[in-house]
Amino acid sequence: MNVEFMLNGRKVSALIEADDSLYTVLRALGMYSVKCGCETTNCGLCTVHMDGKAVLSCSVPAARCAGHEITTLEGMQDEAKLLGSCLAGEGAEQCGFCAPGMMMNVFALAKENPHATDDEIDAFLAGNLCRCSGYVSQRRAVKKYLSIKAGEVCV
Amino acid sequence: MSEQKRGRVIGGVGKPVPKKDAPALLTGKPVYTADIAPKDCLCVKLLHSPHAHAMIEEIDVSRAQKMPGVACILTYKDVPDVRFTQAGQTYPEFSPYDRLILDRHLRCVGDPVAIVAAETEKQALAAMKLIRVKYQVLEAILDAKQAMDNQTLIHPEENWRALVPSCGADNRRNLVAMGEDAHGDVEAELAACDIVIDQEYSTQANQQCMMETFRAFTRMDYYGRLEIVSSTQVPFHVRRIIATALDIPKSRVRVVKPRIGGGFGAKQTAVCEQYPAIVTMKTGRPAMIIYTREESMTLSSPRHAMTMHVRLGAMKDGTIRAIDLHTLSNSGAYGEHGPTTVGLSGHKSIPLYTHHMKAFRFAWHTVYTNTMSAGAYRGYGATQGLFAVESAVNELAHALNMDPAALREHNIVREGEAMPAYYGETAASCAVDRCIARAKEMIGWEKKYPARTLENGHIRAVGMALAMQGSGISNVDTGAVMIRLGDDGIYNMSIGATDMGTGCDTILAQMAAQSLECPVDNITVHGVDTDTSPYDCGSYASSTTYVTGMAVVKTCEELRKKIIRVGAQLLDCAEGEVLFEGDRVVKADASVSVTLAEIANAHMMAGYEDISACISSGSPVSPPPFMCGCAEIDLDPMTGEVNVVDYVGVVDCGTVINPNLAMRQTEGGLLQGIGMALYERPTLDHLGRTVSNSFLQYKIPARIDAPSIRVEFEPSYEPTGPFGAKSIGEIVINTPSPAIADAVYNACGVRVRHLPITSEKVLLGERE
Repeated sequence: MNVEFMLNGRKVSALIEADDSLYTVLRALGMYSVKCGCETTNCGLCTVHMDGKAVLSCSVPAARCAGHEITTLEGMQDEAKLLGSCLAGEGAEQCGFCAPGMMMNVFALAKENPHATDDEIDAFLAGNLCRCSGYVSQRRAVKKYLSIKAGEVCV
Repeated sequence: MSEQKRGRVIGGVGKPVPKKDAPALLTGKPVYTADIAPKDCLCVKLLHSPHAHAMIEEIDVSRAQKMPGVACILTYKDVPDVRFTQAGQTYPEFSPYDRLILDRHLRCVGDPVAIVAAETEKQALAAMKLIRVKYQVLEAILDAKQAMDNQTLIHPEENWRALVPSCGADNRRNLVAMGEDAHGDVEAELAACDIVIDQEYSTQANQQCMMETFRAFTRMDYYGRLEIVSSTQVPFHVRRIIATALDIPKSRVRVVKPRIGGGFGAKQTAVCEQYPAIVTMKTGRPAMIIYTREESMTLSSPRHAMTMHVRLGAMKDGTIRAIDLHTLSNSGAYGEHGPTTVGLSGHKSIPLYTHHMKAFRFAWHTVYTNTMSAGAYRGYGATQGLFAVESAVNELAHALNMDPAALREHNIVREGEAMPAYYGETAASCAVDRCIARAKEMIGWEKKYPARTLENGHIRAVGMALAMQGSGISNVDTGAVMIRLGDDGIYNMSIGATDMGTGCDTILAQMAAQSLECPVDNITVHGVDTDTSPYDCGSYASSTTYVTGMAVVKTCEELRKKIIRVGAQLLDCAEGEVLFEGDRVVKADASVSVTLAEIANAHMMAGYEDISACISSGSPVSPPPFMCGCAEIDLDPMTGEVNVVDYVGVVDCGTVINPNLAMRQTEGGLLQGIGMALYERPTLDHLGRTVSNSFLQYKIPARIDAPSIRVEFEPSYEPTGPFGAKSIGEIVINTPSPAIADAVYNACGVRVRHLPITSEKVLLGERE
């Protein structure tokens, strides 16, 4: 079957099978920032936005995306550079494989709770696993990003 | 060297330079193996053995072969009868040659039975369902203690081969290795001691759980050679391993390493490369394998589970006189890293207590069992041995009613002391005393030891452990770098060391910038391609900073000489009359100078020598980094639940090359260690099937589980290291298990000697 949806602001059409996940379709469409780290919805690597909200693309049937807006890190490059500079300043990305999914979830956090506390950051990002960093530096980087964003809002 | 020169920030050692690949990684660029694979790759899937020990009686692939999209299905009948090891080690490997790509004899649940390659994943999986196999199920050995001299032989095959027979491997006894190292008369010393702690400890077969599972793609290049693009820590070893497994000349294999999504030792074993490789050889088509998380948890290369028997002898005043350690290591179905990991369990634990020690004995056995083959995991045996020895030292402190910190201060190795249990090497740089002192201050040891009860009934308690590791494998590990001067004075550095997220591309560039007195941005880094990179054994054994780093220093020295020579030629004076100043060569009297850009551009014209250098480096010693870790836990006596609330790590890794990256290594390693201590629990059922085959059952720390982790460095200066540096990557995982175990004891009196420290064990008291 064919499914049409908005991908990073552009209308796309994809030939899918009924059991295809959004993850599979996004990779096939060249959205290589989207990663898979498990098959059990535990790792958060495949996080993308559906109509502005964070979802795990591995557990969203591709067919369900018809008519919806899907955003991946490829579609948020300016934000990625800003948050990325906060993470890189800490060396918090390490291998980087979990970064795109985690960053997409941070963008969702910034919208939902722009003044998140440490505990709120940890809770919101709890589903984004990282085996390299030990998390503390990522939390600092996210805080810094949120404070920059808050500053922008004030201006 | 001055930091500022003509307005440029030069050099890089000691600076928190961001990783060179950070912009690409953090904007989601396609830089990992699966992102850059050809679109027409065949999808490679494995049919796994459902039995822990079996022989294939019949296998029928005829129906499967006729399924749509199937390109090939391979069984044991289709592979070379040449045994090899998947272990990424320098040749001749200590690990026995005990594998075929596919074998009729299946030795663990998950062992591959067939390889299916099809146009799509769905087609491969559909075809796999139609493969008919008749198994003869054999008696399985699941318990390492039952393995040695069992009448069931796991490797009875005639062409099993140990390349290094001195490691004691014997397939007729299910032995991967056995041996003993000793100094002094340990029995006499133990007999003379006032007290002997005599206990058994065990550690589990932890999974590395790097976020990117095992994967590789292969294709034939335009010369008809096999190109392997792999998420590996050991590209040069993979070239040799795959050529051996396929029984083809090494000249026909090229291995390329893109960016790697974490390794932690898992990818020091060629877990998956042979499967797409043989598909490409048979079909001529590009092929890719991507392990599922389940496969990564059931057929991979986890930590060797070890059982350690410690006898620790001391006098009433706490003077440790003797340690006797026996380690039984479970190598699983194959011998990858079996002979070597076990050695570290003693050689990197006992030497911590060298100061008064009169004698030690360290004996070991590594056995085959019908469980998943183990491999390399950060810490590589030291983690296991340190859990045992550090736990025994804590038990000794309690038995003597001494502060465990004071007991350690009394017995620890001092800088300049020879360590008989560490291959006789001397601790040329050692700040473990300062690490203990600082860790005590940071955690508030004097106030918090041993425990206090909170108003809610929970108990807060602290525990301590020390650790050491090595820096590369002495007299074995080798790394080379090549640096070439290019247009306008840029430097292109090729390395064979493998950045797997650790940041070695960046720290090696920092060292080069320091040596060449230029900004870090002036050094481009390229690696790894076995066709073009200089040889490096790979990134493992805590070797890259120390071993490859020294190659950077030596290469830069050579390069400076060449730059000076061409500079002098351009200035029309003798070499001895000029100086290299980073961005120029000047005559010593400062009368004339020529810029690096002019030298670079001139040497690309006829009449000048090539300005490039490539020097390899290895070391006759493996200087240990040291550290002290302190855990503060919160224990709920009603449920036995233990949470770490604060963890302090103070590390002596010599000179810190990049404080940010060294700190991240430490924080990440400590959290992995905390997971190992408390809840990472690989579990087999009674038939040898891995039950903990996803993140649902094998729980790794998430953000909400992570305690406050505080890290500081107490640098020493290692005279044989680049800029005084030692290693950092592995040591950091070693302290949490013994430190948390002692904190639990301090909280409730339960001594957990068998990891992990689950709530059940804490609540009920550990059942032996």
